[in-house]
Amino acid sequence: MANITVDGRIIEVNDADNLLQALLGLGEDLPYFCWHPEMGSVGACRQCAVVQYMNEDDQRGRIVMSCMTAVADGAIFSVQGEKASDFRKSVIENLMLNHPHDCPVCEEGGECHLQDMTVMTGHSSRQYRHLKTTFRNQYLGPFIGHEMNRCITCYRCVRYYQDYAGGDDLAAFASRDRIYFGRSADGVLENEFAGNLVEVCPTGVFTDKTLNVNYTRKWDLQSAPAVCTGCSLGCNIIVSERYGQLRRIHNRYNGEVNGYFLCDRGRFGAGYVNSDDRIPHCGIRNSAGIYEANSAKNTLAHVATLLRDAKTIIGIGSPRASLEANFVLRSLVGEDNFYSGLSGPEAEIGSLLLSVLKSNLKTPSLAEVEDYDAILILGEDTTNHAPRLALSLRQAVRNEAKNLARDARIPLWADAAVRKLAQDALSPMFILTSSDDRLDDVGIPTRLSPDDIAQAGFDIAEKINKAADHDDQVKITAIVEALKNARKPLIVTGSSSSSPEIVKAAIAIAHALTMHNDKTGLIICTDEANTLAVVCLGQKSFPEPGTGAVVDVAIVLENDLSLRMSDTALSKWLDQITNLIVIDSLDNNLSSRSNVIFPAATFAEAQGTYINNEGRAQRSFGAFKPKDDIAPSWDWLLRLCHDQNLLQDSQQFDELLETIAQSHPDLARVVDAAPKAGFREHGQKISRMTHRQSGRTAMLADVSVHEPKQPDDDNSALTYSMEGANEAAPGSLRAYTWSPGWNSNQSINKFQDEISGHLRDGDPGIKLFAGSSAVEHFFSRQSDPASVTSGARIVPQWHIFGSEELSNKSEAVGSLAPAPYALMHPDTAASLFVQAGDALKLNLGDAPSLPVLVDSNIPTGCVLCPVLASTRAYFHLSGGDGVLSKDEAWCTPDDDKDVITSDRSS
Amino acid sequence: MTDKPLTKNITLGETTDLTAYEANGGYEAVRKTVGKLSAADVLDMVKESNLRGRGGAGFPTGMKWSFVPMGQSKGHKYLVCNADEMEPGAFKDRLILEHDPHQLIEGMILSAYTIDADIGYIFIRAEYHTAAKRLRDAIMEAKLKGYLGENILGSGYNFELYLHSSAGRYICGEETALLNSLEGKRAIPRAKPPFPQVSGLWGRPTIVNNVETLCNITHIVAHGADWFKSLGLGDDSGTKLFGASGRVKTPGCWELPMGTPIREILEDHAGGMQDGYELKGFLPGGASTDFLLPEHLDLAMDYDTIMKAGSRMGTGTMIILDDRTCPVAMVRNLEMFFARESCGFCTPCREGLPWIYNILDDIENGRGRPEDIETLERQGAFIGAIGNTHCAHAPGAIEPLSSALKFFAAEFKQHIEEQRCPYSHGQGAN
Repeated sequence: MANITVDGRIIEVNDADNLLQALLGLGEDLPYFCWHPEMGSVGACRQCAVVQYMNEDDQRGRIVMSCMTAVADGAIFSVQGEKASDFRKSVIENLMLNHPHDCPVCEEGGECHLQDMTVMTGHSSRQYRHLKTTFRNQYLGPFIGHEMNRCITCYRCVRYYQDYAGGDDLAAFASRDRIYFGRSADGVLENEFAGNLVEVCPTGVFTDKTLNVNYTRKWDLQSAPAVCTGCSLGCNIIVSERYGQLRRIHNRYNGEVNGYFLCDRGRFGAGYVNSDDRIPHCGIRNSAGIYEANSAKNTLAHVATLLRDAKTIIGIGSPRASLEANFVLRSLVGEDNFYSGLSGPEAEIGSLLLSVLKSNLKTPSLAEVEDYDAILILGEDTTNHAPRLALSLRQAVRNEAKNLARDARIPLWADAAVRKLAQDALSPMFILTSSDDRLDDVGIPTRLSPDDIAQAGFDIAEKINKAADHDDQVKITAIVEALKNARKPLIVTGSSSSSPEIVKAAIAIAHALTMHNDKTGLIICTDEANTLAVVCLGQKSFPEPGTGAVVDVAIVLENDLSLRMSDTALSKWLDQITNLIVIDSLDNNLSSRSNVIFPAATFAEAQGTYINNEGRAQRSFGAFKPKDDIAPSWDWLLRLCHDQNLLQDSQQFDELLETIAQSHPDLARVVDAAPKAGFREHGQKISRMTHRQSGRTAMLADVSVHEPKQPDDDNSALTYSMEGANEAAPGSLRAYTWSPGWNSNQSINKFQDEISGHLRDGDPGIKLFAGSSAVEHFFSRQSDPASVTSGARIVPQWHIFGSEELSNKSEAVGSLAPAPYALMHPDTAASLFVQAGDALKLNLGDAPSLPVLVDSNIPTGCVLCPVLASTRAYFHLSGGDGVLSKDEAWCTPDDDKDVITSDRSS
Repeated sequence: MTDKPLTKNITLGETTDLTAYEANGGYEAVRKTVGKLSAADVLDMVKESNLRGRGGAGFPTGMKWSFVPMGQSKGHKYLVCNADEMEPGAFKDRLILEHDPHQLIEGMILSAYTIDADIGYIFIRAEYHTAAKRLRDAIMEAKLKGYLGENILGSGYNFELYLHSSAGRYICGEETALLNSLEGKRAIPRAKPPFPQVSGLWGRPTIVNNVETLCNITHIVAHGADWFKSLGLGDDSGTKLFGASGRVKTPGCWELPMGTPIREILEDHAGGMQDGYELKGFLPGGASTDFLLPEHLDLAMDYDTIMKAGSRMGTGTMIILDDRTCPVAMVRNLEMFFARESCGFCTPCREGLPWIYNILDDIENGRGRPEDIETLERQGAFIGAIGNTHCAHAPGAIEPLSSALKFFAAEFKQHIEEQRCPYSHGQGAN
C-alpha cells in the first residue's frame, strides 16, 4: 500500500496500481478513454491527465497521465486543480474536432462514454471552424455496425481485438488524423468475441446491429439480470426488452465468471426469443390430428385427467430448462420415472463432472483460469463449445509475459511495455484436439483422433505418477514436464468430442497432478447451460427405447429429442407413447409430434436457476412478462402438481426453492444464489427500468390511450417499473449498470471492491460444491465404444454459430452457421472412395449429404462433421444403423456457372 | 591527427571503399580494441570524452550506454544506428553515409563491442537510395575482411550488421517508433520507461544512436578522450557537422569545432545572405527548433548556449528565413509537414496539429480571424510541452510556431487585419 496526496487529501492506495485505477477504484471521477480495466494503460488519449508535484515546494508541477503514473508512496497530485482540469478540457475539445456530434441519431447515445466524459470535463463551446475528416464505413457482418466518423481514435478496439482476443482481421490503418479502424476489406469480423467491441468502443463506432434494426435507447429498455444459456459456463448477462420484444444482450459484470466480456453467441444468440416459431398458446391435438389452441385452464384440466387415469407416466427433463422446472417435473412424475433427457455420452460426462465437483479436485472459475501458467486442453474445442473459456485461456498464456515484466520491474498495467518486453513469450498450453483449434496461435497443438487423445491422456497421467516408458509421438514427456513444473497447472476437457473416455483421462491427469501440486485445476465443459442441474436430479438419461411397454403419458420438458437420437430410435420410442405432452418455447421436431403442448417462457421471460460447470448456482431473471398464455415451465408443471396434490407447500417461487434445497443436500444452497422476493433496498423493490424511462408513448394507443398498469412481479424482488432502487441493489438483482454521470456499462467501476475485482456485495452466484473427498476411483484406460462406420469414425465438430440449438434460431447467429461438410485426411477419403468435391451420405433417413473436404492435418480415420440440427443423425449411429458412402448423385453446387458470353444477353 | 575527423576521408562525388578507408587509418581502432580492451575500458573512454548525442537531443552517449545491463544474459542485445535523417533542413548524416560508410561501420563495431551487442541495424531513410547501396557494399566488404560477423579478427566477439530501409515516415526518427517499425509494427513511439537500454528491440536491451554520434566513437577510441575534448571550442567536445539552407550564397554542410559562433558558420562558410536579401531569423537546428534572430548571431553553436537562448541546437543544420519570405507561410508549411507526419497515437498531436495548420492556412490565405492568435497560443501551450503528448513530435512542431508568434507577431497581425499575405509570393501560395 502507498499513501499519496490528491488535492490535499492523503489517501491510501494499492501501490501496484496506476493513479487512474487507484482513483476510480476509490469511486472518484476522472475521465479516460484508452485505458480499460482489462487491457491496462497505453497513454494514447491523454484524457486522464493530472498534475504531479515533485515535492511540497514544487508549485508548478507537471502534467502526467494518471493511467501511466505509478502511485509511489508520498507522491503529490492535483486532480481537480485548474491546470489539470483545463488540460483535460483541451483534450476533449481536440477529440471532438472531427466528431460528427450526431448523438441524436447515434446508437450509442444515452450510454456513451464519450458523452459522459465530455460532460465530466465541462467542455462545452466549440471553436473549430474547419472541415471535419470523414470516412467510409465497412460491412463487418451481421453483428456489428460500423460508423467510423464517430471515432475518437482511442485504439481500444484494436487493442481489444488483436491483443486481448487474438483476432487479426481488425487493425489500425493509415496515420495522423486519418487513422482508420477496420478490416482490409468489407467482411464478417472473424473473431468469436468481436461483439465486445460494442462495449469496448467508448462511442458509437462499433454498435450492436441486432439492436440497431429495432432500436431503443438504453434508458427505455426494461432489463433484468440473467444468465446466458448458450453453453455450460453461465456468463452473466443483462437481457433487455421493449414492447414485448427482446432487444439486446449486454454484459453483466461478474468478477468470478465473465468479467467484462461475452462471446458473440451469448451476445447475439438470443434473437430466438422473438421468433415466429414461438408457441403462443396451449394446444391439444384433436381427433383429426390437428392442433387446436385451447385455454390454459382447459389444457391443464385435460392433462390433469390424463395424469389421473395414466398407469405409466414418465418425465424427460432438460439440460436447458431451469433447475426449478426439472425439479417440479421430477416431483410430478416421481423420481423413478424421471430421466435427465441427456444423450448417453453427455449424461456420462455430466456424472463425471458431478463427481469431480464433489471431490478434492479443484475446478477454477473463469477469472481464476487466467492465473494458471501451464495448460493442457484434452479434446475440448473451447472456442466453439464453451467460448468464453477460450478468451480466459488466451489471457492465461500471458502469465509468462507477466513474469518477465515482474522481473524487469515493469508494472503489469503498462500494457504496451509488457507486450514489447515479452514479445511472443507464452506460458505453455498444449492443445490435443482432432482439428485446428482457434487457440493454436498461442498454444502447442497436436492433432489426434478422440481415441488417441484419451490414450495420450492416460499416458500423461501414468507418466506423472511414475516414469512410465512410452513412445513419445505426442511429446508426452514435454507435456508432463511442463505440468509438473508449473506453479498452477490446469487441465481443460469437456464433451465437445462426445467422448467420456477423454474426460476420464483428464480426471486421471488432474488426480495425478493434484498429488504433486494442490493448486492443480480441472475444468470440464458440458454441452448445455444446465446439464449439471439435471444430472443432480437424475442419473438416468433416457428410457431404453424399444422395451415394448406402453407409456400412457410422457411429459417432455424443453427438450427436442430429435437432436439426441436417431430418427429410427425416436420413432420407435414415440410409438410406445399414448399421450406426449411437450412444454417448450419454440416449435420443433418433437413438439410437432406431441398431443398436448404448453407454451414455455424463455430465459428472457422467466426466473430460474442455472448451475454452471463449476457448480455455481446462479439465478436468472426475466426482463418482461411473456405475452399470450406463455408461462415459465416450472409454473405450468407446478400447476399440474397442485392438481395432483403435490408440492402444495410450494406456491411461490421462493417456497419452491426451499423445497428443492430441503430435498437435495447438494442443492441446499441454491436459495442463496439471489435474494428472495421479499428483499427490499431502502424499503423498495429493485427496478427493471431506468429512472429516465420515457414511459408514456403512443405505442399502445390503438388499444387504449391510457397508460396500462405495469404488471406485478410476485415471484422476485424486481419490479416491472422505473420505481424502485437500482444503484444500491446487490449484483444478482441489478437490472442495469448505471451511476450518476456514468451512463455506459463502464459505470461498473462504481460497483466493484477494486478495479477488475469482485462486486462490492459479492459476485452473484453460489458455489454449491465445496468438494473435499478424494476422487472415488482412479480411471484407467478402456476401449471407447465409438460410432464407427466403414472404418471411419464420425467426430463432432462444434461451431460457435450453428451448433447450439436455440441461438441457431436467432437470425444473426443462424446466418453464420456453416453448411454441412465432412472434413478428413486424404487417406481417410481414399478409404471411403471419395475425394474433395465428392459428398458422403448416410443410407438412412433424410440426413443431408456431406460435401467432402480434405486436410492432411486431420488424424486418419476421423471424419469431422459439424454439429448442426440437420446433421445430428450422423452422431447417433450405432451397430450397423447406418453406412456412410459416396453420394453418387451429388454434384458440387455452382452458383457462378460459366456461360458463353453471347448466351448471357439472350 | 586531423581536426576534422568526420570528414577527413570525404571527397564529394566519391565514396571511400575499404582499401581507401584502411589506407587512411581505417579499422585501426577496431584492431586495437576488439578482444584487446575490455568493454568497460571503452565505455570509460566514451564517458570521459563527454560525447553528446548528435541526433538532436544532446544526451551524453556514455551515460546512455551505461544503462545497458552487462554480464551474462540469455538472448541478444542490439545496437541500432538511426540513419533516418528526415528533419527538414538536415542533410549531415547523408554526407557520411554516402561518402564514408566504413566510418559508420567501424563506429558501430566499437559501440556494439562496448555494450556487448551481437546484432546491429542501420535504419536508413527511405529516400537515401545511394547511401543504402554504398552501405550495403561496405557491409559486404567489411564482412569479407572479417570486421563483421562471427569471431571478429579472431577475438571471439560476434557482431552481425544489417541495413534496413525505412518505409518513409518522419516519426521513425523517434528512437522507439524506429524500434517498433524495425519490428514490423506500426511506427508509434513507446512510452518510457522502460527505456530501450532495458527493453528495446524485441524486448531486449538496445542502444539507438545517430550516425554522427557513432562515427565519433571511432575517433575517440583511436585518439583518446582528451584529444576529442580539445576539438571543441567551449564546454562541448569534438567537432560537429553544421549546415545551412535557405537564401545564403553557398548552402552546405561543414565539419567545424563544437561551439563555433553562428556568425562564422553563416558568413564564412555559407557565404552570407544572397544579394538583396536580409537575414530575418533562423531555425538553428532543423525544423523542430525555435526561431532565433539576427541578434543571436554571435552565440556559440553548442547545446547549452543555444538552449539558454531559447532554442535548441538540434541537428546543427540551420534553416535561414530572409526578409522577403513570409514567416507565416514558412510556419504554415512546417506545420503542414508536422501534422502530416504525426503518427496519430495521442490526441493532442493527432488532432491539435491539423487544427493549427488549418488556422495558419486561413491566416496566410486571408481568412484569418482576430481570435486565431489566441487559439494558436492556447493550442501551442496545450500540445507544446513534453509530457502533454506521448512523444516529442508535437512539442518539436510547436517550437517554430510559438517562437514565430513571439518574434513575428506584427506579421501575423497584419495578415489578419489586411485579410491577405503582404508578401508578394503569399497570395494563394501553396
